[in-house]
Amino acid sequence: MIGITHIYAGACLALLAIMGITIFRAILGPSAFDRVMAVNMFGTKTVLLLSLLGFLSGRPDFLDIALVYALVNFLSTIAILRFFEGRTSVAVEEDPAGGAPSTKASSSEE
Amino acid sequence: METMLSWISTLCIGLGVFLGVTGAVGIFRLPNFFTRLHAASITDSGCAFLILFGLMLQSGLTIPTVKLCFILIFLLISSPTATHALAKTALDCGAEPTPHLHEER
Repeated sequence: MIGITHIYAGACLALLAIMGITIFRAILGPSAFDRVMAVNMFGTKTVLLLSLLGFLSGRPDFLDIALVYALVNFLSTIAILRFFEGRTSVAVEEDPAGGAPSTKASSSEE
Repeated sequence: METMLSWISTLCIGLGVFLGVTGAVGIFRLPNFFTRLHAASITDSGCAFLILFGLMLQSGLTIPTVKLCFILIFLLISSPTATHALAKTALDCGAEPTPHLHEER
C-alpha cells in the first residue's frame, strides 16, 4: 500500500533531479541570461521542495521559510536583470574557446 | 470523501512533477535562449500551481493552507513577471529571438 508519505518522498526526489538538471544548465549556459533563467527556476523548485519537505517531515513551519525564499528569489532575479540592463556584451554567447565578454558577465553574476 | 480528496491531490502532485520534469528536459535540450525561456516559464508556473494545490488539498482547512495560498499567489504573480523582465532585458541587450536550429550544442 502506497501512502501519501511515499508520494511526498517521490515528489521530493523528482524535484531534486529537476534541480540537478537546472543547475547543470546554469553552469553550462551559453549566455548570462541562460544562467539567470536557470537560477530563477532553481529557486522556484527550491520553494516547492521546501513545502514538500515540510509536509513530508510533518512540520508545516517550513512553509514560512518557503515563503521568504520565494520573495528573496524574485528580488534577486530582478536585481540581477537591473544590473544587466543595457549591457550589450552580456548577451554575447560563449564560444567553445571561451570569449572575454561572456566570461566577465558570468563571473559578475556569481 | 477523504479518499477522493487524497486521490485528487496525488494526481495533482504527480502531474506537477511531470510538468517539472518536462521543463527540466526543455531547459536542457532546446536550442535557443528564448525557446528555453518558454519551456522554463510555462512549466514553472504549472508545476508550482499543481504541487501547491495538491498540498492544499492534503492539509484541509488549516493555517498551512493559508500559507500555501500566500506562496501560490506570490509565485503566480512573480514568476511571469520575472520571465517577462528576463525576456525584455535579453531583447534589449541584443539577444536574437530567431532559432538557430542547425547549430548543434
